[in-house]
Amino acid sequence: MGQAAASGHGHHELSFFQKYLFSVDHKVIGMQYLFTGMVMALLGGFFAYAFRMQLAFPGMDVPLFGQVSPVEYNALITNHGTIMIFWVAMPVLIAAFGNYLIPLMIGCDDMVFPRINRLSYQIFLLSAIVLLVSLVVPGGGFGGAWTAYPPLSANSEYNLTKLGSTLWLIAVALEFVAFLLGGINFITTVMNSRAPGMKMYDIPIVIWMIVIASILFMASVGPLVAGAVMLLFDQTIGTGFFDPARGGDPVLWQHLFWFFGHPEVYVVLLPAMGIVAEVMCVFARKKLFGYKTVLYTAIATGILSFFVWAHHQFVSGIDPRMANVFTVTTVLISVPLAEMMFVYIATLFGASIEFKTPMLWALAFITEFLLGGVTGIFLGASGADIYFHDTYFVLAHFHYTFVPIAIIAVFAGLYMWFPKMFGRYMSEFWGKVHFWLTVIPFNLIFIPLFILGASGQHRRIYDFTKFPDLATAGLQSLRQIATVALVVMLLGQIPFLINFFYSMFRGKKAEKNPWNANTLEWVAPSPPPHGNFATMPEVYRGPYEYSVEGRASDFWPQNEKA
Amino acid sequence: MSSVPIATTRSATGIPTGKLAVWWVLGSEIVIFGGLLACYLLFRLMYEGWGVQAAYTNTTLGTLNTFVLLTSSLFAVLAHYYAERKEAHKAFINLWLTIGGALTFLGIKTYEWGTEIAHGFTITSHPFWSFYYTAAGIHALHVIAGAIIMAIISLDVLKSKNLHRVELIGIYWHFVDIVWIFLFPLLYIAK
Repeated sequence: MGQAAASGHGHHELSFFQKYLFSVDHKVIGMQYLFTGMVMALLGGFFAYAFRMQLAFPGMDVPLFGQVSPVEYNALITNHGTIMIFWVAMPVLIAAFGNYLIPLMIGCDDMVFPRINRLSYQIFLLSAIVLLVSLVVPGGGFGGAWTAYPPLSANSEYNLTKLGSTLWLIAVALEFVAFLLGGINFITTVMNSRAPGMKMYDIPIVIWMIVIASILFMASVGPLVAGAVMLLFDQTIGTGFFDPARGGDPVLWQHLFWFFGHPEVYVVLLPAMGIVAEVMCVFARKKLFGYKTVLYTAIATGILSFFVWAHHQFVSGIDPRMANVFTVTTVLISVPLAEMMFVYIATLFGASIEFKTPMLWALAFITEFLLGGVTGIFLGASGADIYFHDTYFVLAHFHYTFVPIAIIAVFAGLYMWFPKMFGRYMSEFWGKVHFWLTVIPFNLIFIPLFILGASGQHRRIYDFTKFPDLATAGLQSLRQIATVALVVMLLGQIPFLINFFYSMFRGKKAEKNPWNANTLEWVAPSPPPHGNFATMPEVYRGPYEYSVEGRASDFWPQNEKA
Repeated sequence: MSSVPIATTRSATGIPTGKLAVWWVLGSEIVIFGGLLACYLLFRLMYEGWGVQAAYTNTTLGTLNTFVLLTSSLFAVLAHYYAERKEAHKAFINLWLTIGGALTFLGIKTYEWGTEIAHGFTITSHPFWSFYYTAAGIHALHVIAGAIIMAIISLDVLKSKNLHRVELIGIYWHFVDIVWIFLFPLLYIAK
């Protein structure tokens, strides 16, 4: 523990390296995850820009990128997906918010294993570097889609990116290790280190969600870790786990991948739902409608999410009787989620809503995610899925779930906790500009893609002019609308970046509890120092006691005695 | 100036934090090995030729290794027993006896694999052998990791520090044992 004493919990001045690069402080580690995620998000967005330009204006010289070759196109779409899921959604939603919020919201000074926490980030950073390297090695980056189906991913005679695909796989596996370490830390911290008096139902929903998500991740990723080792051996030493010519089975990978891949959707969804719940209660000045309902439906969703994976494989040649089973479970999982949606809407009912920037994002999350959820029902039904499978309808559907999760909910949280993180306010006006410049173009990107998908446009096609049925002027103009909207949405992030970094240093100073919120992080100074609290708080009530009758103020902090 | 955060010293569940974390680590390990073994079982049930390949594994050495590993677990239990009674020196000796078991296991494994490879049963010769080397290899990595951690812990134990960690590594060691208990019948006995 000697080293931890020197770098982490001492009260003497720390050097820049100790403070920001090798810190064991959960807040700094959370920021490291946040900024790494933001950089990767810009990269993932840039990739989307490059390949969307190619689709809308085939063969054009894309500004800032140049001509997109077919091989580059494949690498761009593959790594766009990989980056956005594994290096943006996961690190920001779970690791950044988890690290920052868990100790503060449960009223303790740090994670239970600060050095394992630091190790988790270092492995994550290494994984990001390996991924970036994989993009520039000879042969180019891996282009076999983020799902990496063999035999394409397993055999370099097919994918032509021997080094790129192996590095890609190693990067993903390292990322899993980082999140397993982080997850164990999260779960153990919440189980053991809560403030005195904080009982099970006093834990803020967002903390519950991050813990449930960590457990889901841990329980689902194992088989894929084994699968990644198998695929790595197929790629490098010539085993035939997934090669039918040598007694293997490529569908096995699909099972391993989606057994993880579908729970993964809920791994990122649940923290987003948690963030939205916190934001909504604060800005609706109302108690969360049905705390226990939200908690238990989240657990039910988590359990059900292990029984839906084969709906990704309806056309992979699985037994049709299995397809029936998975149709039922898939449609069933919409029940707990619908329940959560209704609970959130009920929280808004009769509330005195303040339309501050974080609240706008939270409301947009509900609206947009609802569209993503509803279109999922078409795909969960095996009959309809045979038609929709691998079209842009699928693509638009999961972007209508993932963008609300990884972009909209993240911004809701970021705008709300910014004053806590940096001790200053962000500009409301520019926040709202950023909001509208993100949400309107978002819909303009993906509604045309729904239409294109329903018209039969398949995914992973480099140049639609080669397909007479798809090369019509009407369809092409839809592609152009989507692409222009994407450019607007990406440009719309500039106000955010300026607002974010300007406010970090020059924004109006924020006090301890700028939104009059109840949860414990608002008891700590803004920004919280080492050790977070001057005196460790004790908890006397649940996190959502807003507008309680007979009280002068409309909030009732968790740590306030009577 | 305290070196340990307050968070680490709290115990809302009543279970010590280290022990709780080890159990979660094991939880994540169970699904990793579970996934691997599920793949093996499905393949094995689907394809007839696997039994023929399995006939070539060396049951005698496998049995011997099972015995070695189970014996090492006994030493791990004894190390915990002495650590609880603060008899640091005896705990230290038993930790190293456990490590000795691990090394014996790895030695036998090396001999076994060497013979098999010499007879042409390599990781690429058949999916059965791919699974055989992958599953046993990942297990062997856990044996190596466990031995290294035990050696590190033993240095503290010698100074009578962090004696509670003997129990933690013991829990992990039993898990490594249990994985082998699953691997042994699947790879050696079921011909």
